[in-house]
Amino acid sequence: MMEIFDILLQASFWAAVLRIASPLIFATMGELICERAGVLNLGIEGIMVIGAFTGWIAVYAGLPLWWGVGAALLAGMAFGLLHGVLVVPFGLSQHVVGLGITLLATATASFAYRLILPEVTSPPKIEPFQPLGLFGPILGAQTALTYAAFGVVAVVAYVLYRTPLGLALRACGDNPAAVAAQGLSVTGLRLGAVMVGSGLMAVGGAFLTLSAFSSFFFEMVNGRGWICIALVVFGGWGPGKALLGAMLFAGFDALQVRLQQTGIGEILPYQLFLALPYILSILALILMSRRAQVPGALMIPFRKGER
Amino acid sequence: MRLEPIAHPSLARRAGLPALALLATLLSAMALAALAGANPLAVLGQIAVGAVGSKFALLETLNRATPLIFTGLAAAVAFRARLWNIGAEAQLYLGAIVTVLLGTGALPGLLVLPVTALVAALAGGLLLLGPVLMKTKAGVDEVVTTLLINFILLLLVSYLLEGPMKDPMGMGWPKSTPLVTEARLPRIVEGLRLHWGFALALLAAAAIWIIQTRTKLGYEIRAVGLNIHAARFAGIPVNCVLVKTALLSGGLAALAGWSEVAGLKGHLSLDLSPGFGYTGIIVAMLALLHPLGVVVSALFVAGVFVGSDAMSRAAGVPTYIADIVLALALLYMVLALGLTRYRLVRG
Repeated sequence: MMEIFDILLQASFWAAVLRIASPLIFATMGELICERAGVLNLGIEGIMVIGAFTGWIAVYAGLPLWWGVGAALLAGMAFGLLHGVLVVPFGLSQHVVGLGITLLATATASFAYRLILPEVTSPPKIEPFQPLGLFGPILGAQTALTYAAFGVVAVVAYVLYRTPLGLALRACGDNPAAVAAQGLSVTGLRLGAVMVGSGLMAVGGAFLTLSAFSSFFFEMVNGRGWICIALVVFGGWGPGKALLGAMLFAGFDALQVRLQQTGIGEILPYQLFLALPYILSILALILMSRRAQVPGALMIPFRKGER
Repeated sequence: MRLEPIAHPSLARRAGLPALALLATLLSAMALAALAGANPLAVLGQIAVGAVGSKFALLETLNRATPLIFTGLAAAVAFRARLWNIGAEAQLYLGAIVTVLLGTGALPGLLVLPVTALVAALAGGLLLLGPVLMKTKAGVDEVVTTLLINFILLLLVSYLLEGPMKDPMGMGWPKSTPLVTEARLPRIVEGLRLHWGFALALLAAAAIWIIQTRTKLGYEIRAVGLNIHAARFAGIPVNCVLVKTALLSGGLAALAGWSEVAGLKGHLSLDLSPGFGYTGIIVAMLALLHPLGVVVSALFVAGVFVGSDAMSRAAGVPTYIADIVLALALLYMVLALGLTRYRLVRG
């Protein structure tokens, strides 16, 4: 127990929590927007991969870092458009299409990587976002992208709860017939939500290459997308609580890495520590699902005039 | 634009649209080959030759298809009941773990093969039971839980290979102690590199087809998949059917792991499955969830993978072309299926 206490007192621990949480926050907000509009987006894992790849390759090709973020955003929106067209106007199974998008986006990143860099054995590094150095050791260790992640939460919360657009989006997820009765296009709103949400997921992926690891590896997303889906449920489909969930989750992740280096790490196998994030996600799902406010029309395609 | 349901789709529609999906897949493959700077027709030819062009290539394709038939059946059985088992990868690895656990000298000679297969299947089924109970009792979406379990199981395998199951003769390679000879699946024809796992996979497909078309369980699975509320109203024990489906689906996926270890590799390693669990979903969807179709589509998918490996060495197009083409095939096929039942109209 003393070890845990010691770790919690380190500034570097809290700096790590914010860093680990950042990609999860982007992607969780992306998934949350999709689901509030009534669309489950299982493309998230692959869209994070394509975002990580696109951002990295754009910067490697000589573009400025923020252009890399923009490129990732566009790539994410493109896959979002594909997912959206298949599940919204065509009303196809959101489960199967989402998995298909994940497989397609992951394969596209691998294929493009080998096409552009046929010979390399280890991926080249880029010059990543640097810590801003403002406001002390914890906040100062963060890059501009982490600040952007928190900014995104504020914007998503404001738009969802304080604007007519947000009201319409939430209604799309709860009662699409009411939206259609207002003369608004459910198809258009849902498509837009999926595209913007997918763009945010891709930016979350780009955080990994442009701010965290400064290089691209095939397995780097490693289930983070699926964890974000669990975080949306954990947060009861609300941006504030989802942010809290992402921070809590990142806290456990930062803690397990540090515990591996203590006396506890010598007794238990390191794989157990690595499995902790996935085990926690499942526990969170079990605990929160019963109480959660699932959007009423989640995963239900809307067809005008059909009841 | 909106969708209008078609009450009785014509045969042309039901057969033509999936055929169009396959044609679109072929055209996409050619476009990707051109993008990589190769001759599209030559690339297709090299994939075909690499998949079935020689005795060696053909046997390689059949071997690769074996685990895909099992995982494809696992997905087909579960999806039929609208149970989204995306955890075949984990169930496969658990089957492999059980095979090593029981197949390295723990059991006496004759019993080893049937007992390892049965226990492996049971373990895989039980692994899927967890997410199914979470679904029925707490309303947790099984897609996410089964996906998360895949990552946990891979870490378990990594732990076992570095600790309890480590091969002392492995020269530092992370692989398990090899199976005893009695636990290995023999080859169908001596001298040809094809093991009995392939024949058993065909048998499994036939068995699932019989279950689906000739038994009460098969009828109940279809009823639950078509409309869970109507099935419950009609007095079908929905949760019980879901549990049986889970045991069947998880068991089939675990047999993929059993057959790979007992038939092909002889030991467990972290690269036992290059995503057979996930590819099984593509196999099942291309087969329109039909168990006998799964055999055909598993052969097709295996051929694309094996052929692409050979083509990549010769033509310099990245082997990942196979993964893109198959993901596209999945999306085209889902779209074709959707358009068989609905048509786009104005207004």
